Amino acid sequence: MFDLVWLIPLCPLIGSVINGLFGKKIKNETVIGGIAAGSVLCSFFVACGILMQLLSLPGEERHFEKTIFTWIQSGQFKADIGFLIDPLSCVMLMVVTGVGFLIHLYSIGYMHGEEGFYRYFCYLNLFTFSMLCLVSGNNLLLMFVGWEGVGLCSYLLIGYYFHKKSAGDAGKKAFVMNRVGDFGFLLGLFTMFWYLGGTHNIWTINFRELASHAELMPVGGVTTVICLCFFLGATGKSAQIPLYTWLPDAMEGPTPVSALIHAATMVTAGVYMIGRMNFMFIKSPTALLVVACVGAATALFAATIGTAQNDIKRVLAYSTVSQLGYMFLAMGVGAFGAGIFHLMTHAFFKACLFLGSGSVIHAMHHALHHEHSDADPQDMRNMGGLKAKMPITFATFLIATLAIAGVPGLAGFFSKDEILWQAFSNPHHGEMNIILWGFGACAAFLTAFYMFRLVFMTFFGETRLSEKAFHHLHESPWVITLPLVVLACLSIVGGYVGIPKVIGETLGGIPNMWEHYLEPVFAYSTEYMKHAGGHGEAHSVAMEWGLMGVSVVIAFAGIGLAAALYIVKPTIPAAFTNAFPALHRAVYNKWYMDEIYDFAFVNPCKALGNFLWKGFDVVVVDGCVNGVAAVVKGFSGVLRYVQTGFVHNYAFSMTLGVVVIVAAYLFS
Amino acid sequence: MLALENYLVLSAILFSIGTIGVLTRRNAIVIFMCVEMMLNAVNLTLVAFSRYLGNIDGQVFVFFIMTVAAAEAAVGLALMIAFYKNRESIDVEDINMMKL
Repeated sequence: MFDLVWLIPLCPLIGSVINGLFGKKIKNETVIGGIAAGSVLCSFFVACGILMQLLSLPGEERHFEKTIFTWIQSGQFKADIGFLIDPLSCVMLMVVTGVGFLIHLYSIGYMHGEEGFYRYFCYLNLFTFSMLCLVSGNNLLLMFVGWEGVGLCSYLLIGYYFHKKSAGDAGKKAFVMNRVGDFGFLLGLFTMFWYLGGTHNIWTINFRELASHAELMPVGGVTTVICLCFFLGATGKSAQIPLYTWLPDAMEGPTPVSALIHAATMVTAGVYMIGRMNFMFIKSPTALLVVACVGAATALFAATIGTAQNDIKRVLAYSTVSQLGYMFLAMGVGAFGAGIFHLMTHAFFKACLFLGSGSVIHAMHHALHHEHSDADPQDMRNMGGLKAKMPITFATFLIATLAIAGVPGLAGFFSKDEILWQAFSNPHHGEMNIILWGFGACAAFLTAFYMFRLVFMTFFGETRLSEKAFHHLHESPWVITLPLVVLACLSIVGGYVGIPKVIGETLGGIPNMWEHYLEPVFAYSTEYMKHAGGHGEAHSVAMEWGLMGVSVVIAFAGIGLAAALYIVKPTIPAAFTNAFPALHRAVYNKWYMDEIYDFAFVNPCKALGNFLWKGFDVVVVDGCVNGVAAVVKGFSGVLRYVQTGFVHNYAFSMTLGVVVIVAAYLFS
Repeated sequence: MLALENYLVLSAILFSIGTIGVLTRRNAIVIFMCVEMMLNAVNLTLVAFSRYLGNIDGQVFVFFIMTVAAAEAAVGLALMIAFYKNRESIDVEDINMMKL
């Protein structure tokens, strides 16, 4: 089964090529959608087979490399097209193909009747291909190819409605900000290659070889530089401070795209990359601290913005940024397993939330269309009371919301609680731990609050639609609701693979399967921490139970506050807004971050561009080129008179020339 | 038997006449004939030297030149006919369409 790993990325690529080349001719939406979804389903089955085989092996043998061919060989540098199977890449393969298939299926219903249906599926399949290359490549360069590929597809799909200027702008913004991050990724790659090669004569970019030489990397120093460069790449792709502003704008794309690319898979690439390079990050306490601080700050910062947005997708976008912050917090405190765990559970419930919001928008769009209203179908202020009309969407949405809010028993609780506990108890950051935990806990409270604000504004209370439009609301077809149901189920059961140790022990020795499963991938880091002697303070079991209790209280407090403000006394939010207009305006306008970026980076860059255009290009470059042309023209204007057009003149000058040459020959 | 100088002087005279003809005459056919005369002056030199040096190479050259001259005559006359059909003239002063 392992030998078939190349099929996983290949299937979506074939689907993409077929739809890209012949989609326009095929026209039949069922066929196009079937090819696209079917190809991803094939990959999913292969991934399942590989997971089964992987699980049947003992822990230390759970890795396999399949090299297809040598891609580049130049001097000491060698890059293969090869795939690496280990517990980490296997998780990612399962998430990408599994969630990816559900979203492909959903898209068939959601994109029904859209212009460029085939184009959409071509891009979506191409994205899946790139993402699978990213997570299964066995070296940094192949990972970078996938990294760039997903960036490209993200750009194409954000700008899918390219006739809308805002969509085109959002696509460009995403692309440019990602380029900044990619630059960091490349610098990290180069620095590492240069250092290992130049100092230790080890020229490799293969992950397993790098990991086996990890002890050669110094603690701090160049390792910190490399890690920070890689982390810059991660902030771009995974929308962390300072490069997060593209993600909320990316909501211009179709909703399933937001679910697949901007929630479940692509934006988690940075987390995966840090997990993959864990042996490097563990050796740089500074880089780990930066990762943890950026993660914690992003988690809280994005959550505050999420509380005041009215666009249903924007709330979810900021929620995604915030949850990604959690993942980076986990990575930064050395809890790589917990970070990847949250990545997986987040993929389930956030995909479910986005698809649910898509179902709502779909229904709202039709209802508003019916009465020729041009009200915004994504604005929650136009919704309310939808639960009666859309029971399946409501139920699944509620489950996913409970999961993200961290209500015990659902997936989000296990993963988020694990991260908070690790942030509190990890041996890396000493006094900072309590601050990191505090940020995480505050963000958890805000998450519960804004998510339930969203649910209450959308599904509960009196409807704010006109009676006629409300009458036209209806539940979505099965291709839309089926993925919702599956994802909601996963949001419930997904967390039970990683039951926290304290609960497991209390319940009679249930092991944390997740930690055990990922152990081989992070073996070096675990071993290194053991020798480095960093154990932190020993925390009692009571402390862990206590903190778990605190997170549960926080979650319910957030839900309670949302219920109080949006169900019991809906007048309070308006009163609050009136009482603190400046604060509300600042939060509503995303703390003016876009304006600050415009002022600090965009406008100076534009000014520089303008200067280079009008000052340098027009004057210097064009001046040189036109100057050369003018000089040539001047000379030729003089020489033109030699060309009389009279045959006699030519013949005479020829004869004269011959006479001169002969004379010179004779008299020399 | 005449000395080599006699041939060379005759050849030089013919060549000069040809050259002056090319430079001064306007009728393309006359110019053409002058060119032929120049070629034949050269042929005469080659034959004279060939005989004088007892080497056959010069005469071989002459055959080549005659062949080329024949081809040139065919092409040249064809050009002139074509030009005459367009312009009703074979005056070289009228061949100025490429001029600015």
